[in-house]
Amino acid sequence: MVVKLTLKKNTYFDSVSLMALTTKVNEINDVEQAFVAMATEMNKGVLANIGLLLPEVQNANSGDLFIVVKAVSEEVCDAALAKVEVLLKGDDKAATGLGASKKKYVTLKSALNDAPDANLAVISVPGEFAKREALTALTNGLHVLMFSDNVSVADEVELKTFAHEKGLLMMGPDCGTAIINHVGLCFANKVRPGNIGIVGASGTGSQEVAARIHDFGGGISQLLGTGGRDLSAEVGGIMMLDGLRALEADPATEVILIVSKPAAKSVEAKVLALVQSFSKPVVVCLLGGEEAPVIAAGAHFAKTTKEAALQAVILAGVDESSINKRALNLALIEEIKVKLSPEQKYIRGLFCGGTLCEETMMLVRDTHSQVYSNIAKKPEQRLADINVSQQHTFIDFGDDDFTNGRPHPMIDPSSRIERLLKEADDPEVGVIILDFVIGYGSHEDPVGVTLPAIINAKQKAAARGQHLEILGYVLGTDLDTPKLSEQVDKLASAGVTISSSSQNTGLLASGFVSKGE
Amino acid sequence: MSKMTALFSNLNVINVGLEFFKDDISKQQAPVTHVNWQPIAGGNTKVIAALDKLAQPEIAQKIEAANEEAVNRIIKSHPVLVGYERAIDVVPGMTKTTILHAGPPICWDDMNGPMRGAVTGALIFEGLAANLDEAFKLAASGEITFSPCHEHDCVGSMAGVTSASMYMHVVKNMTYGNVAYTNLSEQMAKILRMGANDESVVERLIWMRDVLGPMLKAAMDKAEPIDLRLMLAQALHMGDECHNRNNAGTALLSQALTPLILETEFTIKEKREVFDFIASSDYFSGPTWMAMCKCALDAGHGVEHSTVVTTMARNGVEFGIRVSGMKGFTWFTGPAQKVIGPLFAGFKPEDSGLDIGDSAITETYGIGGFAMATAPAIVALVGGTVNEAIDYSIQMDEITTAKNPNVTIPLLNFKGISSGIDIRKVIETGILPIINTAIAHKEPGVGMIGCGITNPPVECFEKAIIAFANKF
Repeated sequence: MVVKLTLKKNTYFDSVSLMALTTKVNEINDVEQAFVAMATEMNKGVLANIGLLLPEVQNANSGDLFIVVKAVSEEVCDAALAKVEVLLKGDDKAATGLGASKKKYVTLKSALNDAPDANLAVISVPGEFAKREALTALTNGLHVLMFSDNVSVADEVELKTFAHEKGLLMMGPDCGTAIINHVGLCFANKVRPGNIGIVGASGTGSQEVAARIHDFGGGISQLLGTGGRDLSAEVGGIMMLDGLRALEADPATEVILIVSKPAAKSVEAKVLALVQSFSKPVVVCLLGGEEAPVIAAGAHFAKTTKEAALQAVILAGVDESSINKRALNLALIEEIKVKLSPEQKYIRGLFCGGTLCEETMMLVRDTHSQVYSNIAKKPEQRLADINVSQQHTFIDFGDDDFTNGRPHPMIDPSSRIERLLKEADDPEVGVIILDFVIGYGSHEDPVGVTLPAIINAKQKAAARGQHLEILGYVLGTDLDTPKLSEQVDKLASAGVTISSSSQNTGLLASGFVSKGE
Repeated sequence: MSKMTALFSNLNVINVGLEFFKDDISKQQAPVTHVNWQPIAGGNTKVIAALDKLAQPEIAQKIEAANEEAVNRIIKSHPVLVGYERAIDVVPGMTKTTILHAGPPICWDDMNGPMRGAVTGALIFEGLAANLDEAFKLAASGEITFSPCHEHDCVGSMAGVTSASMYMHVVKNMTYGNVAYTNLSEQMAKILRMGANDESVVERLIWMRDVLGPMLKAAMDKAEPIDLRLMLAQALHMGDECHNRNNAGTALLSQALTPLILETEFTIKEKREVFDFIASSDYFSGPTWMAMCKCALDAGHGVEHSTVVTTMARNGVEFGIRVSGMKGFTWFTGPAQKVIGPLFAGFKPEDSGLDIGDSAITETYGIGGFAMATAPAIVALVGGTVNEAIDYSIQMDEITTAKNPNVTIPLLNFKGISSGIDIRKVIETGILPIINTAIAHKEPGVGMIGCGITNPPVECFEKAIIAFANKF
């Protein structure tokens, strides 16, 4: 094996582009390992792990780009390095276009000079640089949607407090979705415009609620994200409170919906106290939260995202009798139960969406014990080894455990494939859950890239005389590209059972493996 | 309209980071401006800390005010050509055994090939050595005083070697009164400033000392000063960028000088020689613009708290910059870079000497590489495309303080040239000033072998910003 390196000083590309590029180089025949990345401490660590940390890279800065190729021969290495050059240039050309007329900006300030009417900065730079960009945006009177993660809680509080003082929204850090003025930002689905405003502290939870509202015939006025930590005691719900006030004041919003993972009690109390003062009806869905305080605040309690959407749609004036509530298909449950052998006792949930994983798992826990996950809060419910499933296992592939140095599974859902095939070899597995998130930001065909593995998994089980039940859920709408129905049809044609919501996914999976009742 | 109402009714996004987020917003017909974001200072934490310190409001305010003052002085400077004189007669600190050179300070032992070639050639020209052997010994003996041109109100192109009896342009700032000097173009490729030093080179220098220089002096002695800023602006409108392309500028300058030369007492034969010499290369006015730029930039130097760059210069080994707020001769240096571009037939990239010369004073002022959009004809010469040239001229606004309304670029809607390079902006954006320049052979005695494009090393700016932050 030969290892070759190209180091480009002061050459920056974003990590998503570089990961895509790395994938392409690794596809070259006879290349054993290729890695194109910025020389950050993290990437140096990755190189060290695979024994490719050359001294030149060790001494490089985080602003330097390295290309390391390990291959069977010098020629293959050189060919791979040459291909990287072409790929890097190709992007450059596309971005330049008609150089004569297209101005390129490298700083927020210079962009702002030419776009003085801009009012929102969407920030998706590496976490260590995100605060600086956000401060620039806020100082210049822009609202901020910060997609970046790896920002400290202290910085989050500082940014949100500053934004609050300036009457601006500070969505995030780690805010993956928003719909503002009917424009989907970052990861979002195309939904009907309407009178329901959402403030969400969880990305796929917000997307799920919006998609359900659309399916039930309602529409969205605004969807504001807060970032996952907003309702923690440290952050204190600054953005949730400001977001709620904004929706209460927004004439286009008639019903308000809150969706979040469980909140700190003190913050929940603050949020509910504010809600109590509102003139507009508010539906509250804090997954795993209690009903009584919500009712006491005069709000509407929803246990699940689907329930929340349904209540909101009815409050928003949609005729209840016109709604297809997508009732659980009980006959289907009985049908599947029969197909599974007695030893097929367990569910394996392989998720792209964090809240989808959380909600499905919560519902399975209602009827099953021995449920383990890489994102469980309680230590006894945590997987001993995230790479090895035990009993009922729910994996969030979007968690840091799995995204370190790799794209988020919503961008590249193929990161689950290896695990899917591994689960298919386990004769105790009855149901594998796969979610697919479509829409803005997401992979262009998440079902398509997973389909061969699904077929393979089913064949593996069939070869040993078992029926492996694969339960698929596609989060999206028929206004999305690709369309929801197109993705669903593809899954159904491969023998995948389709669920119509995050809630139904949990209930169906639970039902399929409920034995002897 | 409240900030919230505006957001909910007229969403207008600036996207900083992932480009596909911008693409999705565009698809939804919402206005979006994309920022092709780069990490600040290449992620260097020391440099970022310095930048953060300078961004503190009370410090930033002082800097902004100082920069406005510095760049105003540069823009308001009105340099005129008042005459031509021998270096020994006008250049501050010049002696018979002084050799001025380009770039930041450097000792004989560290000089590269072309500079050594030029120094030894100059010693022969001055009669201090009889031949090259003697000249090399003398240069190394310690009897010769080496000093940067910039520390004597001068600039020198390429090696920049300037000795006592060379004739100098004398350029005076009508606004602020300061004076700048530079020697005369030798026109050809095989010349002293490029490191050549054979008999033909020395003979030409002697003719320039005995005929060209005195004639130009005599011409200007009786004449009104020539408005160089106005002439520079005209030359740009005629397709020069006045660093590597000087066709129009040379025509304009010789147009102004010709009647004055005709009125001198020299013979027709001598005048004919001078006109032939001027016509032999379009570079004749190249040094003139350097002195003009130096004259304006010196007026902007020494403004307390200003982060505006007032000098970029290279000695062939190091690239050095000076910053307005650092009074006197504080140089921030980094390694001189390769110049990438086409070479004359018969030469290979490995023959190239590293970036050399004070001519980057033109870019410091805002012409040369900064004004490439005015000179589409030159882009092939320096190895680029017209679009790239235009992009450079737009991009330089990102790292500068103001646009100079006196010198404009027709193709960019008469945008003023980008003026007042700000070390903070260079570090923040990662955009380095663009310089187009000639390439000298790395060995002494050969001369010019091509030209191309280069940048300063980022180290100069990193060192400068750290030193600057330490002042507060």
